[in-house]
Amino acid sequence: MTATKPLFLIVILFIILCAAIIAATGMGFLKIAPQEVIEILYAKLLGREAHGINPTFPFVVMEVRLPRILTSALVGGGLAVAGAVFQAILLNPLADPYTLGISSGAAFGASLAIILTLFGIVIPAWFSIPVFAFLGAIATLVGVFSLASTDNRLSSNTLILSGVIIAAILSAGIGFIKYLADEQVGIIIFWLMGSFVGRTWIDVLSTAVIVFPGLLFTLYFARDLNIMALGERTADTLGVETGRVKKMLLVCASLITAICVSVSGIIGFVGLIIPHLLRMVLGPDNRILLPACFLGGATLLLGADTITRAWLPSEIPIGVLTSLIGGPFFCYIFRKKQRALNP
Amino acid sequence: MSKAVKNSKDTLLFQLTKLSFAYRNSKVLDEIDLELHRGKFYGLIGGNGSGKSTLLELFMGILAPCSGSITYQHKALAEYSRQELATRLALVPQHFSMDFEYRVRDVVLMGRHPHIPRFASPAQHDRLAVQQAMETMDIIHLQNRPVIALSGGELQRVVMARALAQETEVLILDEATSNLDIQHTIAIMQVIRKRVTEKGLTVIAAIHDLNLAAAFCDDCLVLKDGQVFANGTVNEIFTTDLLETVFAVNGTIEQAPGTGHPQIQYKYQ
Repeated sequence: MTATKPLFLIVILFIILCAAIIAATGMGFLKIAPQEVIEILYAKLLGREAHGINPTFPFVVMEVRLPRILTSALVGGGLAVAGAVFQAILLNPLADPYTLGISSGAAFGASLAIILTLFGIVIPAWFSIPVFAFLGAIATLVGVFSLASTDNRLSSNTLILSGVIIAAILSAGIGFIKYLADEQVGIIIFWLMGSFVGRTWIDVLSTAVIVFPGLLFTLYFARDLNIMALGERTADTLGVETGRVKKMLLVCASLITAICVSVSGIIGFVGLIIPHLLRMVLGPDNRILLPACFLGGATLLLGADTITRAWLPSEIPIGVLTSLIGGPFFCYIFRKKQRALNP
Repeated sequence: MSKAVKNSKDTLLFQLTKLSFAYRNSKVLDEIDLELHRGKFYGLIGGNGSGKSTLLELFMGILAPCSGSITYQHKALAEYSRQELATRLALVPQHFSMDFEYRVRDVVLMGRHPHIPRFASPAQHDRLAVQQAMETMDIIHLQNRPVIALSGGELQRVVMARALAQETEVLILDEATSNLDIQHTIAIMQVIRKRVTEKGLTVIAAIHDLNLAAAFCDDCLVLKDGQVFANGTVNEIFTTDLLETVFAVNGTIEQAPGTGHPQIQYKYQ
């Protein structure tokens, strides 16, 4: 494979993402032209006032829209990268960031935070929900690993089965909390469907400090991930420390997933489909695939969030939207590919 | 200089001393003493569960012995890093499947992995090694096909090519041909035999088909109940006695016309 073509595609994806961020920032109840958005950002960067622009625009851009847009982009990119890593490690194209039950752990944590608030144990919800969700996700990861640790090689079957078992237990727990919540159950259900409403710079920052180092970390091991597709024993004889790489990348992808879920709720589809789509276009080489997944996932989720925010008459949960649009689209691509393989 | 001369004459690769291995409480290998030398084709034979695969994993450094020692060129195997071992030993496994659509060429290139630094591109020599390995295994015409779309025979040739591209001094075959038809089996074995004879490659092959082992190997190691039952040239090893005590079958041994290799005629009824 020549190195220039994939690199070119990544540059294209990056430009598309930047354009999408600027376009999305201009869209909404107040229309702001792209050049005005750029001017506001530029002025802010240089630390001066933007002249000749409606004085409310900078506030709308910097405090209202940009945090939400950047959070959705980071979450989309993070989920897609985590999905690609899980698929490569578990040698299973059906894996997604939630395969190991991390979403259930986060959902349980969030539900717990919500029910505690409902019972009058007052912790501010904007703080407690993401923190509980994150802790729930980490606890699940620890649980799945210790359940799977009887198998020294951490084979994918053992990991997936452990994930399924822990997720089933947590789902029962979530069911019980919903039952306790009684008439207030709507709050929990709504959180579970995912949303980016009212995200702040704190969310952007907390997501970025995990997603970006995580992305660099997975990129460092991208070549080993390729070799691991040959099977664990063969990868061992090719000089890859399979066991160690596997553990580190599982923890890394799980941390990315945990932070994404805790700031946004459970958003399906992105982590499964983006790696698939891009693999069809770019091939399975993780050195290209992982950065492309980050850019593609970011653009897709940001686009979907902009649709519910700026176009639809009333916001529908982002997780529902991604699956409603993306699912049928994937069915189409999938059929087309199957036809090409088996004419 | 004297050291170099000594090294060139010193053909010892693996040396096993009182090596034992057990999974949890079941002993698999029991106090094995063994020496393997450069430039030979070793067949590893024995019934199911006799410890062949375990012994191969010990050779590859994937498993560590419970007691006793294993050295490679006079240095303990555990002292080599994975990377160092990968430039010396290559494996062709029995089963191979891939869930991702890598092309044949990409998979063969993966054999160069231990030779290419982390963020570097393959060098001229790497491309050449890949090209030659594909030519040897006759898969040039498949090089742009995804491995998912290959038949079993084609796939195993790709795996062989990958191992050859690794350019190691030792090749380990774990029942590498047992899923292939007779045509591909013989073709692959001939290629390997030629490498041993002409280029001094060392091969350690676990083989179930005794006639195949007799036809292509120099020496055979016979494992039974976790111990080396016999160890010697194929002509010494294959006796009716061996068939009865190790494999519990009856048969006669003849000499193959032309080559003089032993050939087994099993008694089926």
